[in-house]
Amino acid sequence: MKVRITVNGVLHEHDVEPRTLLAYFLREQCGLTGTHVGCDTSSCGCCVVVLDDEKAVKSCSMFAVQADGHQVLTVEGLAQGGALHPIQQGFWDQHGLQCGYCTPGMMLTSYVLLKHNANPSEAQIREGLAGNLCRCTGYQNIVKAVQQAAQTGVTSQEAAVRS
Amino acid sequence: MIPAAFEYLRARSADEAVQQLTQHGPDARVLAGGQSLIPAMRFRLARPAVLVDINAAGDLDYLRVSDGALVIGAIARDTAIERAPWIGETRWSLLHDVSRVVADPVVRQMGTVVGSLCHNDPAGDWTTVALAARAVVKVRGKNGARDVPIDQFLVDSFTTAVGEGELAVEARFPRGDDRTAGSYQKVERKVGDFATAAAAVQISLDANGAIRDAGIALSAAGPCAVRVEDAERALKGRKPSADLIRAAAEAASRKSEPNGDLRGSVEYKKHLAGVLVARGLRQALARLGVQA
Repeated sequence: MKVRITVNGVLHEHDVEPRTLLAYFLREQCGLTGTHVGCDTSSCGCCVVVLDDEKAVKSCSMFAVQADGHQVLTVEGLAQGGALHPIQQGFWDQHGLQCGYCTPGMMLTSYVLLKHNANPSEAQIREGLAGNLCRCTGYQNIVKAVQQAAQTGVTSQEAAVRS
Repeated sequence: MIPAAFEYLRARSADEAVQQLTQHGPDARVLAGGQSLIPAMRFRLARPAVLVDINAAGDLDYLRVSDGALVIGAIARDTAIERAPWIGETRWSLLHDVSRVVADPVVRQMGTVVGSLCHNDPAGDWTTVALAARAVVKVRGKNGARDVPIDQFLVDSFTTAVGEGELAVEARFPRGDDRTAGSYQKVERKVGDFATAAAAVQISLDANGAIRDAGIALSAAGPCAVRVEDAERALKGRKPSADLIRAAAEAASRKSEPNGDLRGSVEYKKHLAGVLVARGLRQALARLGVQA
């Protein structure tokens, strides 16, 4: 089945079997290996991508055919013009990662979290990231990274980049 | 873990979905949020030959309060409930509570309420809440629609009253009056795990402060969510008190028939069911300004 999926602003048109999961479409058809596969069964959040700029979804638990005609944002699409996205900058500055495996999912879940709540409390950040597992950091610095991103104003910076 | 091959059909409306489901009969399954079905397909626990994807059926994407009920369309996501402007009202406190503990915050962005009812997992959250709130599911087939009270809808583990060629199009949760409150109490090892035990409680008080109506249900306490009729009967018509809460909790422990597993023994889970019903009743009453 032919699908047309806009990934990070670029249209990708491929023939896929309906059973192809979105995570594998992104990694194998689009060559975007920043989307990681951890548990492969919707538990760990490593594979989170953003659908239509509004939903964080676990791409291991969504078929590529379901994204036909939709927009997908992966970690490769966060930085604009060589400048790190405020969320990426937060992870960099606050040392929000160690091995980095969970990081793309953490950042994209945070992206949607901040979209719906530009000024979250620490508790709200922890709750919002509860579907993403990290086995290195103990989460402290991840929370700080998201707090920094919130403080530096993701929304205003994004608006500036897009205008 | 790649799912078995299947034929994929995209339904653009509820009518089209019903047509496709009718055409493919027992071979077809509905794909809504997919947060239970797709993992099940990946484990090959489910191998549907045909998937009817209703995510593009815009006429099933709604959440509205009307006719004395909250009406939840088949592809309204859990997050739509969580973020609804009225979710802070006391009358919706049971839904408020559950909307924050279903699965995890990412899964809730895709997962649907009606899909969760249709999945009817023994440890489901929405099924348990639907029992306590006395929800009704509208099921549509090629010959029209029927309303199925939740007690009849939930048939057995992973089995509902939805027949071949039928689609559950919406769930209706009665809108309680301003003397109605609820609570959802869930114990889980970690966010996203199945409940070790959970209890849904909803009560309405009359003008004299007596309990006019009570809905009490348990999750992970049987083949599917179970109503604790003994507790409901014990509460009805009585003024809230510590003794009454204790009686309801004991009825819940007796009713609970859990499986012993890594999450706890049968004895522990039965005890927990009672504890959670008591906590739920106390919280629901506190929300109505009543200490008991």
